[in-house]
Amino acid sequence: MPHHLCVPRLDRRGFLKVGAALSGALVIKVAVPIAFRPPWAAEAGPSFDPNAFIRIDRRGVVTLVMPMVEMGQGTYTALPMLLAEELEVALDQVRLEHAPPNDVLYANPMLHFQATGMSSSIRAFWTPLRQAGAVGRTLLIAAAANFWSVDPGACRAQQGIVLHPSSKRRLPYGELVDAAAILPVPPTDSVALKDPQDFTLIGTPAKRLDTPDKVNGRAEFGIDVRIPNMKIAAIAISPVFGGKPKSVNEAAARTVKGVCQVVRIDNAVAVVGDHMWAAKKGLIAAAIQWDDGPLATINSSDIIRQLEEASKQPGGVARSEGDAQKALAGAAQRIDAIYQVPFLAHAAMEPMNCTVHVRKDGCDLWVGTQVPTRTQSLVAEITGLPKDAVKLHNQLLGGGFGRRLEADGSVLAVKIAQQVDGPVKVVWSREEDIQHDMYRPYYYDRLSAGLDASGKPVAWTHRVSGSSIYARYLPQMFKNGLDDDVVEGAAEPPYDLPNIHVDYVRVEPPGVPTSFWRGVGPAHNIFVVESFIDELAAAAKQDPVAYRKALLGHNPRALGVLELATRKAGWGRPLPAGWGRGVSVQFAFDSYLSQVAEVEVTPEGSIKVHRIVCAVDCGIAINPDTIAAQTEGGALFGLTAALYGNITLKNGRVEQSNFHDYQPMRIDEAPRIETYLVKSTASPGGFGEAPTVGVAPAVTNAIFAATGKRIRILPIDTATLKSTG
Amino acid sequence: MAAFTIKVNGTTHSVDVDADTPLLWVLRDVLGMCGTKFGCGIALCGACTVHLDGTPTRSCVTPVGSIGDQAITTIEAISKTPQGKALQQAWLDLEVVQCGYCQSGQIMSAAALLTNKPKPSDADIDAAMSGNVCRCGTYQRIRTAIHHAAGTRED
Repeated sequence: MPHHLCVPRLDRRGFLKVGAALSGALVIKVAVPIAFRPPWAAEAGPSFDPNAFIRIDRRGVVTLVMPMVEMGQGTYTALPMLLAEELEVALDQVRLEHAPPNDVLYANPMLHFQATGMSSSIRAFWTPLRQAGAVGRTLLIAAAANFWSVDPGACRAQQGIVLHPSSKRRLPYGELVDAAAILPVPPTDSVALKDPQDFTLIGTPAKRLDTPDKVNGRAEFGIDVRIPNMKIAAIAISPVFGGKPKSVNEAAARTVKGVCQVVRIDNAVAVVGDHMWAAKKGLIAAAIQWDDGPLATINSSDIIRQLEEASKQPGGVARSEGDAQKALAGAAQRIDAIYQVPFLAHAAMEPMNCTVHVRKDGCDLWVGTQVPTRTQSLVAEITGLPKDAVKLHNQLLGGGFGRRLEADGSVLAVKIAQQVDGPVKVVWSREEDIQHDMYRPYYYDRLSAGLDASGKPVAWTHRVSGSSIYARYLPQMFKNGLDDDVVEGAAEPPYDLPNIHVDYVRVEPPGVPTSFWRGVGPAHNIFVVESFIDELAAAAKQDPVAYRKALLGHNPRALGVLELATRKAGWGRPLPAGWGRGVSVQFAFDSYLSQVAEVEVTPEGSIKVHRIVCAVDCGIAINPDTIAAQTEGGALFGLTAALYGNITLKNGRVEQSNFHDYQPMRIDEAPRIETYLVKSTASPGGFGEAPTVGVAPAVTNAIFAATGKRIRILPIDTATLKSTG
Repeated sequence: MAAFTIKVNGTTHSVDVDADTPLLWVLRDVLGMCGTKFGCGIALCGACTVHLDGTPTRSCVTPVGSIGDQAITTIEAISKTPQGKALQQAWLDLEVVQCGYCQSGQIMSAAALLTNKPKPSDADIDAAMSGNVCRCGTYQRIRTAIHHAAGTRED
């Protein structure tokens, strides 16, 4: 089997037998439109390809080959729910397999290649997977109706069984698959999908399929892979980006018990051993000296100065309506502000790792990745092997947050493995993981607004400056000095803002690789927009909620979440001295969210976030319990960054190294988080990232309410919050 | 030539490694028991938590030479204790888990807490669990699940 079996719920052995039953199975293909293909999939097929596969075997077991990966967001439950709803099977009848890399079969129709990111899984597969289920159900009902010589319209399906109610006959799916498999497949768009009000599974808090093995230690993440005769490698990458190893005491490293080999590649040294400790000790013994290269003098302050300068010039225009400059000049009141957000590491709990076996005729990789085909192509390039000879076995991800949208870890591992005879698992230390991340870019934003005499905004300008991830990652997405990600959340604030001008200046920080981080563009822009709108409310001497409401007249769903969140939070109710409430409203990933934070600021300036109330309108919530879980976890992810997240550079090196100086939020600091869902019949929005986005402004706006101090730079500098009196 | 004899989940193993080798790597790389996770390597995140004679211990900084005849319990066997079993069920009932990587360590720390304090308060939970990091942010559900397993709150 080219892929690793993932086993929810039932036992592993029972599941493995399913593969053997493949010959007697109904196979359903999912048709999804692919608009364009990224460069690494250039040779892929025509525009309408069969996509994810669903098999139903003679025992009635439904196998869904999962095109998307599970990294905690619940997609291994929500996507099967879409299928099960229309196929009319119970969720625990569905077995999952990780998909092998294949852009023809498994491309994400929103992202156009096989990738799990941008909170797209549900939006991408909402229609195709339900259609596939409906096609399967139609075929199985037709097979049963043929058998009974009755009208298919007189039959229905339920829990994996076709029923003919008038004669009380029933046939389980397993007994129908052979007959169904030879029937003509109805066109996808000819099958009727259920009316949402008839859903029996979608919208219920279904139990996650991946959980049982995650509470008993059996779940296998990439780092847990064990291949016969596998060695373990510890790695040291040049502390300065772009540096090279200058000298390595290989002899000393090899004297360490359990060390087998020292491997040098262009920017790193790996020590290969029988176990991680031997490899780590070997690395220390190797006493590596580095040639730092030209970036050894870069400091954070240089990067910020460069951004400050570059942001004075106009950039690619994301949106321009009316005449913002003229309106600013004529405004009764003008407000200007500069906002800055830092470089951030992902720090997923599972450190970077990849297991590789390179042979003359092929290469196997075992890794948890959000981008299997991108990885496969890069590995084929390095090794000179044809893509088909590069087998990638995807794994559960111990957190992704965007880090595993990059293949750099796999590339390094393959370069090491090319020098190793047999399979090798390359495991990064936490220090390497933090110091050689690909970071959320530092952004430097300039904003101006003009208010009329009543305090209403009449002009709004917002210039974003910083790295374009797309310009490197998918160059075709970078056009006219702009990409959609970098201004997402800035170009289209939910408010009525006449005379708006939003532009972007691309500035690439020397020596700092940048990449996607949970919440992507909106995680930066919505902090800025929601803080600045709060500034306008304050300048207009109006309540921040009332001020927002007045600007949301045309936006009923945004208004709806704002009203729900503020009502549940008791907006306006008195708070103790030193406490404040702050609010944010956002539209991102096709979902609406409003968050209200209750924050205490002590006279010493320390912050305690007591409560965050979240109102969510994500359209139809596939699994409402997962929406609540993502709200709780996503908010903490954003809160951790707002309070602590800060990657800084000194002499070309990242200064942070582990959880003591790149601090995660812990249980004793975690606020109570309440989630309220708006019932909606709109198509589902994405939600894995949304709650990370708006939490920082809700908290900093609360700090303003408590102290009158406006936070314009993240992370929050508590030293500025000390009471002076 | 076995250098050390350790007892893991009731089974005795002989391992030929240096005395300073952390138990974490003995479990994962030598014995192939991968339920215990590597997160930070310096006892900052709790992903590697095991029990030594019932005491929660960060295996990433516990040299194998320091263990002696203490009984080692890992996530693979915690269901054999009433506390571990109740916690695993509570974790499932309340859907605590997201990515799941830290949850072995969370459950091991929680099991030790319930053994010492069968009815923990929120402050007890803070004290026992704040060494365990979850980047997915499942803390609220961890707290509720511990109370649920302890029968101290009906959620």
